[in-house]
Amino acid sequence: MSEPISALNHASYDGIAKVEESGLQGMITVRGNLSDKVLAKAVKDATGQKVPGQREAFVEGDTGVCWMSPDELLVLVPYAELNAKLAAMTDALSGVHALAVNVSDARAVFRVSGNSAREVLAKLAPVDLSPEAFQPGQIRRSRLAQVAAAFWMDDTDTFRVVCFRSAAEYVFELLKVAAQPGSEVGVY
Amino acid sequence: MLVLTCPYCGVEAEETELSAGGEAHLKRYGPGSSDDEFHDYLFMRENPKGVHFERWRHSNGCGKWFHAARCTQTLEVFGTYSAQTTEPPKEVKNAISAKRPGWSWRGHS
Repeated sequence: MSEPISALNHASYDGIAKVEESGLQGMITVRGNLSDKVLAKAVKDATGQKVPGQREAFVEGDTGVCWMSPDELLVLVPYAELNAKLAAMTDALSGVHALAVNVSDARAVFRVSGNSAREVLAKLAPVDLSPEAFQPGQIRRSRLAQVAAAFWMDDTDTFRVVCFRSAAEYVFELLKVAAQPGSEVGVY
Repeated sequence: MLVLTCPYCGVEAEETELSAGGEAHLKRYGPGSSDDEFHDYLFMRENPKGVHFERWRHSNGCGKWFHAARCTQTLEVFGTYSAQTTEPPKEVKNAISAKRPGWSWRGHS
């Protein structure tokens, strides 16, 4: 078997913030009725987290769960455990009208960290990223320049960005330009 | 700039995060309807200067369709509401009446 590699294989860039492609991340899209107890238990068993409310993200390291829409969650699990977790989830959800699909290799994940991380993202997304409006624990689906992306904060200086794998190189270039040395705006 | 609040994810989404989906509350006429009805459904659209109802999709967000009531002249937004309805809800109509007394749109007022 060939080794799976992530979209940009840990490419990184240092500017006013550090931009890294964070490597393989297990990701499962779950669609269904989010108030369903069976679904909640399947999510809890896979991640140890409860079902997030509107725009919430409960993520620790590479395990967690993010709210994507009123009927969609993104479940994050370590890449190595993906098949086992997905099988358990599919099994648990067999009796309800719900769907769990492995989307790991269809996505790319970036980490943007540093004092100016907020600024780097704010240059690219039409989103209020001031500390009053956006905090760890929240997720926002929006666009980065011309492509769709979702991001949340791991801590006050670190963002994690998820985009389609086919747009990974574009997003990396965008983040690099936004993180160029000397390009601080100083709003946040 | 047009800013609409997505009723599904609660985000105040700026226009570039959304896709416009044309006029709201069209009644579809298909097989069995008269040629005139089908013609009107296909081609006849409102083009008001003032209060208008539209469909929008939060395409770079939660991906859901929703409805918006706004003024085409000032870009003032009166309200956004769920896509699962065939006519504007009362509170949206009231919000419009408060700002644009005497408005009417395709038989709604």
